[in-house]
Amino acid sequence: MDSADRRNSFDAAAARRRCTTYRKRILDVSQQVGALHIAAAYSCAEIVDVIYHGLMRRNGVNSPDTFLMSKGHGCMIQYVILEHLGVLSRADLDTYCKTGGQLGCHPDYGVPGIEASTGSLGHGLSMAVGMAYAERIAGRDGTIYTVLSDGELQEGSTWEATMMGSSLRLDNLVMFVDNNDFQSLGRTSVTHPSFYPVAEKLRAFGWEAVEIDGHDAGAIFDAVTGRRGDKPFALVGKTTKGKGVSYMENVPIWHYRSPSREEYEIAMRELDQAAAK
Amino acid sequence: MRNAFAEALYEAASQDERVCIVVADISPAGPMAKFQQEHPQRFINVGVAEQSMIGICAGLALKGFRPFAYTIATFSLYRPFEMVRDDLCYQNLPVTVVGMGSGIVYSTLGGTHHTQEDIAIASAIPNMQVLTPCDPAETREMTRWCALENKGPMYLKLGKAGEPVLTERALDPFAFGKLRRLRQGRDICILAHGAIMKMALGIADELQRSGASVSVINVHTIKPLDREGVARALKNHQTAIVIEEHAPHGGLASRVKEIAWDENARCKLHAFTLKDEFIHCYGSHEDLQAAHGLSAQHIMAKLRA
Repeated sequence: MDSADRRNSFDAAAARRRCTTYRKRILDVSQQVGALHIAAAYSCAEIVDVIYHGLMRRNGVNSPDTFLMSKGHGCMIQYVILEHLGVLSRADLDTYCKTGGQLGCHPDYGVPGIEASTGSLGHGLSMAVGMAYAERIAGRDGTIYTVLSDGELQEGSTWEATMMGSSLRLDNLVMFVDNNDFQSLGRTSVTHPSFYPVAEKLRAFGWEAVEIDGHDAGAIFDAVTGRRGDKPFALVGKTTKGKGVSYMENVPIWHYRSPSREEYEIAMRELDQAAAK
Repeated sequence: MRNAFAEALYEAASQDERVCIVVADISPAGPMAKFQQEHPQRFINVGVAEQSMIGICAGLALKGFRPFAYTIATFSLYRPFEMVRDDLCYQNLPVTVVGMGSGIVYSTLGGTHHTQEDIAIASAIPNMQVLTPCDPAETREMTRWCALENKGPMYLKLGKAGEPVLTERALDPFAFGKLRRLRQGRDICILAHGAIMKMALGIADELQRSGASVSVINVHTIKPLDREGVARALKNHQTAIVIEEHAPHGGLASRVKEIAWDENARCKLHAFTLKDEFIHCYGSHEDLQAAHGLSAQHIMAKLRA
């Protein structure tokens, strides 16, 4: 399928429905454990959905393409998508962070569908560069997709890899920045104003870069499939941490904690109401 | 050792298309030029960016390659330590981290270029294996083994250049994970690894001149250590002497002491190592070793005391 056909094939309304389902499933899992980085997963829901359902061939299942969740703490969204695709089982999600389970708060290499272990920030992009280069020199056509957090762009290792990715002209490397402007101690734009502008920095490092709404699945899909394709591509997605649940949005405590039963009910109601609109 | 490494890597790369090298603005001269010329895609220079050097190796290995990460030891192991731990060891990937010029061989460059504690650091990580050749011939065999046989993360601790061949008349061939006897005696056993083996052999000569029968055992695989072999050596000799260019903690000396305790060994045990101190003096490699008590003269005096 060429890129024009692929563009036409992506159903943004279906993506919205899927993302509501994923957010609700994450809420369900949240009731089993005390903590699960819920807001970080909601923040990149649409980005990861587009990667699996729009960009990776065979929806990422036994695909020649690779997805590497560099911001490992956002992996709940990956887990629920892998469950939806049948790569992980319901039992896997039911035993999340429990004795005997295989899923923890960060993705672990060796678990079905997980291509690399992450969790420590600033590791993913270097591994993605190595993977993309490996695809090239092995004569394969795999594309490597990776999702980074704001915080990861504060790690020096990320900029080492950024420089190397473009020096090697890795046209099969696509980086998404889940730019929700939040980190543990507050808003990035307040704590580290020089963090911005992000896309300009990436361009200065030799990448093609765009900045768009990171919750607009259709726009994400169009931007990536419409890239020039002669160098690595970065999509800086302007996102909202905790997107979809009013009391979670941009409130730092929801980086990690699970909602109470009452908070769960409110969140479910809000997600259903938004989906019905 | 540097040239032997480069030659062996070139040969292995010509044999196996998965073998590649990622360097951080440092490259073994001479034979590596041939590697670059014939396999340009498999020679990657990341620049002075050691963290991404290790991460890129991990990515290559995750996609089926067998990469070597190469730079000066302190920069290949210490600077990107967390990448070595998480990306290579936690994921158990077949990547060889080459620590060139390890120990205190860069005797005029100051403490920033020394790796006095690299074995302790590398050995502490689960899955990590540690090899330390004593001469160019062993370097060649180990490099080949790392490139073609090795299944997991490896720290290959190299010297620099100009080391003599010491294993020509070894009693055992190189076998990963097994002690290698260079000489067999009955009374005293010297356990050593790396380029300081030359000093160990000199000390063995002196002890033999004074009438002792001396074994010299090359402990080239520090992890996994040949525990049974060490226990046997301690049992079969009245005196055991460990000589290593490494800090007193976490190297071969402390491992041998652990085994001696566990096995209730009856032999006398002497350990000669670097001190637990940084080195602030300059001079030849031998000068720096001597400053920490690693000289044949000092060791013989201690043994005779």
